[in-house]
Amino acid sequence: MIECKNLNKIYQTGDVQTIALNDVSFSVEKGEFVAIIGPSGSGKSTLMHILGALDAPTSGSYFLDGKEVSKLEDDELSELRREKIGFVFQAFNLLPRTTVLRNVMLPLLYSDTTDEERVERAKTCLAYAGMEESKFYNLSNQLSGGQMQRVAIARSLINNPAIILADEPTGNLDTKTSNVVMKAFQELNQKGHTIILITHEQEIAAFAGRVISIRDGVIESDIKK
Amino acid sequence: MIADILKETFWSLSANKVRSGLTILGIVIGIASVITMVSIGQGAQKTIESSIQAIGSNLIIITPGAQKSGSVSGGQGSSQTLTVGDADMIVAEVPNVKGIAPEVSKRYQLNAKGNNTNTQVVGTVPDYLGVRNIAIDSGTFVTSQHVKSSAKVVVLGPTVRDDIFGVGADPIGQTIRIKNVDFEVIGVALAKGGTGFSNPDNSVYVPLTSAQHFLSGDTFVTSISVAANDQNSMTAVQQQISEFLLKSHNITDPAQADFTLMNQTDIIATASSITGTFTMLLSSIAGISLLVGGIGIMNMMLTTVTERTREIGLRKAVGIKKIYINMQFLAEAVALTFLGGFVGVALGWGASLLVSKFVPQLTTVVSLSSVLLAFGVSAAVGIIFGFYPARRAANLSPMEALRYE
Repeated sequence: MIECKNLNKIYQTGDVQTIALNDVSFSVEKGEFVAIIGPSGSGKSTLMHILGALDAPTSGSYFLDGKEVSKLEDDELSELRREKIGFVFQAFNLLPRTTVLRNVMLPLLYSDTTDEERVERAKTCLAYAGMEESKFYNLSNQLSGGQMQRVAIARSLINNPAIILADEPTGNLDTKTSNVVMKAFQELNQKGHTIILITHEQEIAAFAGRVISIRDGVIESDIKK
Repeated sequence: MIADILKETFWSLSANKVRSGLTILGIVIGIASVITMVSIGQGAQKTIESSIQAIGSNLIIITPGAQKSGSVSGGQGSSQTLTVGDADMIVAEVPNVKGIAPEVSKRYQLNAKGNNTNTQVVGTVPDYLGVRNIAIDSGTFVTSQHVKSSAKVVVLGPTVRDDIFGVGADPIGQTIRIKNVDFEVIGVALAKGGTGFSNPDNSVYVPLTSAQHFLSGDTFVTSISVAANDQNSMTAVQQQISEFLLKSHNITDPAQADFTLMNQTDIIATASSITGTFTMLLSSIAGISLLVGGIGIMNMMLTTVTERTREIGLRKAVGIKKIYINMQFLAEAVALTFLGGFVGVALGWGASLLVSKFVPQLTTVVSLSSVLLAFGVSAAVGIIFGFYPARRAANLSPMEALRYE
């Protein structure tokens, strides 16, 4: 499903070179729930961005569903993100002052689906992510943190992606809500979705079936339960 | 696709009512202020131009030259060389002549109802009204029928009316004796003030032919007034009249001309310098208003960049292609500027009308060019500063855009 071979990412700021990823290789099978854990500055976010086709590696190759991602153009990357990847962000990143339903339908814009179909799929995904139906037409800024993250999860599911990437999804939530959101991810995984999660908290990583810890751009350990 | 872009534009604008409203307000104020300022300026310019026109700055007066017997000069205007025929020929031969009025003028004693006064009696034709910018207060002016039939009718200047019949009296139908001939009063001219040549308020007007038959007793005219189409054609008209008269009077040496041309050159010079100053004033007002309006619009568009850049990052992250993002943001900028543009034009127009209504001295003129200029510049600024940052954001990688501070 996912295969990374000798990924390197070097940031150049003036004369200073920062090596964010150093020769990272690993693969993820379909249906896995992987947590990538590491302190800030470890390179886990960079890795996440490369996996999410939001950023390209300096060298090395990344295959998603057998397709070489690092060679794609901007528009092809957009298409890939839309069809194969669902994102859940730490800051939720919902459109402000916009209804829950419209937020979930956002990735379907400019696609061939009809309006009815979009609403139908959005409602299904929202229910799937555990969102109460009474809130479907609320504005995104009227929701609690936990509800916002459920909306974001529903949005990540709308195109039935091959993998769901979650970047510190509980970073802005209290412990109780974090557990609820993590339970939701576990349920998704049990239903067969492949999930890759980034976190710096051991307790959050414990929800995953496999934990890859990364430090200074190098994989330290890769433990399957 | 198109439907999605339009819907998304509509939703985006209506979801952010305050932002959209403020942007539109910026554009409205920019456009309305330019249109109003320019309309006031142009109104003032028109008012000044027309008061200069009222003095008759495009007037050329032809008088006969000095009569010479041997080495003794009789002085300007003493010879009798101009005829009605000259006037007719000028109309036929010289272009850019708006009106021409030959006249026979001389001072006579007037009496009626026991009052009498000595005043200028002008024998002339209907064109005189337009050429000398005289307006009729009541009754009518001399008509061509009167001229044809040498009718014994007279139009009074307001001062003469006041002197003979009393201030504000209605003298129409009364009779006045000029040089022992009875003339019937058919009209009174509107007070006008001095022209630099004579005081038209203290004159009376009779048909040209009547003046020739009953008063002067010959067929010559004492002067011919020519109105050029506008100030710009003055020099050419004057030149052509001069050449034409020399030819028709069989004079080869211009120094020997038996006529003199006069115009109000200093008035024209003043007029054109005032007009020039006004044009500069107008351009500065328009320029400054456009600058202020443009900066306002730019400000509104740029203050939303941070929030919008994150939004663009999100849209890219969920897989929307760059071209759709660009199109949506262009559509938003166009919608905002046009909405603001139409309201601004209407408001500016309304404001100019209100100024006209409540400040009677200021007649405002809304010109198409100021509307187009204001709309064009505002639309360009709005679209450029609405679209350009969005385009730049859409070219960033989604992660950079999402993290934009």
